[in-house]
Amino acid sequence: MDGTILLFLVQDGITNGAIYALLGIALVLVFAVTRVIFIPQGEFVAFGALTYALLESGRLPGTVWLLAGFGVVAFVFDVAAMRRSGGSGRRLVAAMVADLAVPAALVAVAAGVAGRELGAATHFALTVALIAPLGPLLYKIAYRPIAGASVLTLLIASVGVHLALVGLGLFFFGAEGLRAPAMSSLMVSAGPLIITGQSIAVYVVTLVAIVALWLFFERSLWGKALRATAVNRLGARLVGIRTDFSGTLAFGLAAGVGAVSGILVAPMTTIYYDTGFLIGLKGFVAAIIGGLASHPLTAAAALAVGSVESLASFFASDLKEIVVFSLILPVLLWRSLKHVHVEEED
Amino acid sequence: MPPRLLLAGFAGLIALVPLIPGVPVFWITLAGNIGLAALVAMGLVLLTGVGGMTSFGQAAFCGFGAYATAVLTTGYGWNPWATLPVSLAISGGAAVVLGLLTVRLSGHFLPLGTIAWGLALYYVFGNLEILGRHDGLSGIPPLTIAGHALTDPRSVHWVIWAAVILAGIATTHLLDSRVGRAIRALRRGQLAAEAFGIDASTTKLIVFVHAALLAGLSGWLYAHVQRTVTQTPFGINAGIEYLFMAVIGGSGQIWGAVVGAGIVTLLEEALQRLLPMIFGSGAQFEGVVFGIVLVGLLQVAREGLWPHLVALLPSRPRSPPGPAEALARRSIDTARKTPLLRLEAARKQYGGLVAVNDVSFQVGRGEIVALIGPNGAGKSTTFNLITGVTALTAGTVSFDGVEISGTGSQAIARRGIARTFQHVKLDPDMTVLENVALGAHLRGRAGVISSMLRLDRRDEAKLLAEAATQIGRVGLGEHMMKPAGSLALGQQRVVEIARALALDPTLLLLDEPAAGLRHFEKEALADLLRRLRAEGVSVLLVEHDMGFVMGLTDHIVVLDFGTKIAEGPPEVIKTHPAVLEAYLGGAA
Repeated sequence: MDGTILLFLVQDGITNGAIYALLGIALVLVFAVTRVIFIPQGEFVAFGALTYALLESGRLPGTVWLLAGFGVVAFVFDVAAMRRSGGSGRRLVAAMVADLAVPAALVAVAAGVAGRELGAATHFALTVALIAPLGPLLYKIAYRPIAGASVLTLLIASVGVHLALVGLGLFFFGAEGLRAPAMSSLMVSAGPLIITGQSIAVYVVTLVAIVALWLFFERSLWGKALRATAVNRLGARLVGIRTDFSGTLAFGLAAGVGAVSGILVAPMTTIYYDTGFLIGLKGFVAAIIGGLASHPLTAAAALAVGSVESLASFFASDLKEIVVFSLILPVLLWRSLKHVHVEEED
Repeated sequence: MPPRLLLAGFAGLIALVPLIPGVPVFWITLAGNIGLAALVAMGLVLLTGVGGMTSFGQAAFCGFGAYATAVLTTGYGWNPWATLPVSLAISGGAAVVLGLLTVRLSGHFLPLGTIAWGLALYYVFGNLEILGRHDGLSGIPPLTIAGHALTDPRSVHWVIWAAVILAGIATTHLLDSRVGRAIRALRRGQLAAEAFGIDASTTKLIVFVHAALLAGLSGWLYAHVQRTVTQTPFGINAGIEYLFMAVIGGSGQIWGAVVGAGIVTLLEEALQRLLPMIFGSGAQFEGVVFGIVLVGLLQVAREGLWPHLVALLPSRPRSPPGPAEALARRSIDTARKTPLLRLEAARKQYGGLVAVNDVSFQVGRGEIVALIGPNGAGKSTTFNLITGVTALTAGTVSFDGVEISGTGSQAIARRGIARTFQHVKLDPDMTVLENVALGAHLRGRAGVISSMLRLDRRDEAKLLAEAATQIGRVGLGEHMMKPAGSLALGQQRVVEIARALALDPTLLLLDEPAAGLRHFEKEALADLLRRLRAEGVSVLLVEHDMGFVMGLTDHIVVLDFGTKIAEGPPEVIKTHPAVLEAYLGGAA
């Protein structure tokens, strides 16, 4: 093999790695704030990709019904929670807006937009708008009632949510795979490499998203509230941060990031209702290498995962997945050797 | 009804199933599948519910067992029975390697790690030439008993269920033993367990390997029942399903695994029939139902179904242990005059903060020494330095003339240093007796195999009798069979003292033993400590109750902000200016 092929492979790997980086960072975010290991992250990628592809082909995506259904169920959960803890009229109105009115409005907008060929940018925005609210609704339904449970219980719940979402994906999107048209036909040649407009879009969006998340956490009050919740839930609550709200926000961000990743992937490969799981897990490998804590380390690890995957698929395509998932083992070994047992005095 | 009778009844019923005329083969096959799944789920129950670890990769261990026998029987013509040890050795060996990699990981990294290697192994199974790649291996011979091939689901049913019931009995026995107590104690944190000489990593590895062996056994049986092996049943989805069974049955409940496996297998079967009728196509909609049931169950009944089933049966109060031969005791040489414990310039620094600043003091043989000082003076840190929980930054700790700093909690416990904790570290669900018996862990020797085979009963009786003696000694005899969590906090502190005594210590470290005790309870505690002193046991205690300290101790060491500011007999300390300054401020 010569240098050109290597360059091609690495470039391809970095494009995929950028997407894994987005997902990895979203996973770290959700874990830090809610202690939920968010296995279903990958499903949002698949839903995002399929929604975008359907909109691009002029059809109304099943996502709208999924969103409406989630809204109704979440409303029931909200009302049940209020019956237990006593709710005010204001809370009821807030729940009606968040669970019923917003999804209904989005369904209406989607129905209006679908089939009008309003362009990729509109479809991009609409896809994110349809997917992102699924995160908070899912949090209300599946995780909020057990928010205080152990990491292990939350992880098992995540696996249940993953199973359910894959099944729902099959129901709403069908078993057929979809691929969206490229966002631009731009080709830039840099030496022997030809960089597609799609890859450039991936790089730009990933960078923008990472910088935006960084600004959000460093500069905004909400971001700081999320970080405070991550450090100490009880302490955050004592200084007036609503930890429920932090969870909702974290899930909204994660779903939004998932949707964006899905839209970016959609023109590069055919996406099926269950493709998301493996893509999400590769983001996980990166997040674990980053210790489920560090954003920059996760991003760097994600680029490495993408590159290794791309090289492995060239040299031994059968063993691609084995190589990628085994990457985690030396990291675990290193962690377990350096790990000093620290137990909290309660 | 005694559990033994119940189990015998269940075994009898299961054995009769194939004999009932008119039972369709389909149902027998289903019962067999339940049994195969129950074996794996049982391992997960031990791993998750009892050991506090979770694996999504158990299906991979089934794969090791199944592929091992498939390769040996089809490729090399081995007899199916001869491959059983090989199948188990390969599953167990894989578990040792993966366990060494992962069991030391904290909480959530372990399950995530299992997802990763679970997936990697799934792809390995589907890509290796010797394992038949995606087509798998077929033509595996059935099991034979006395020349009779077990090709009929009815005949293999007995083999499967015999394995389930024997595995269940062995696992139950294991949990109700010296090793089992260590396993159960780990779920609530390692600190207390290690302070009594339990090696947390090894114990976790034992659980991990046990679970993998059960999975490997299930895989081996599966290969000979199905007669063909492909990668599909050994993937991550199967691993999730096994975990689902363990959660439904009730994590922590060995026989709950059978209930969980039954419910999941039957539900899956029913859904595969019902869903196509509702939705028109038979594809994966059962995942939706499974997922929702799983999340719903975690929200309403996290403990699973088994505890609710058991609640329907009349419960029998457990009786305290009977008398048994006394355990050998450590001999205490009261004639020697050298100090027992010696700290020399012990120092602990956390970055710029000096928690313990070059502290030196001694504890003599048969002496009660108190370590006092205002909050944050470094008393508990000093305890942690002595017991090896925290590493010294500089200085040394020596015990009986031997340097013990840097040797680790377990080695220090083995030398005869026992401790209690400022924040009670008992397992609230275990009885007082079992908690205290944990203290005698190092004085027993029964291992995993002898526990499973119930060859440990003499050893176990001695440990329990010793625990009962110590509980009586601290005056909690009537609470022996209650869960430790049901006692008042002050009493729980006293249980910790009994646990420490069960180690047969030469040096007893007590962290605020009198906190939360009523006046007469403090008197009783002081009497107990005086009696121990008379036996030659040395005591080092941290305590804030000055009346208690002054009336009891021979020698007092005062710390303030990590530094020793005074030491001497009680009457000197009472009037020592530096001590008054530290406690009462300059005005005094």
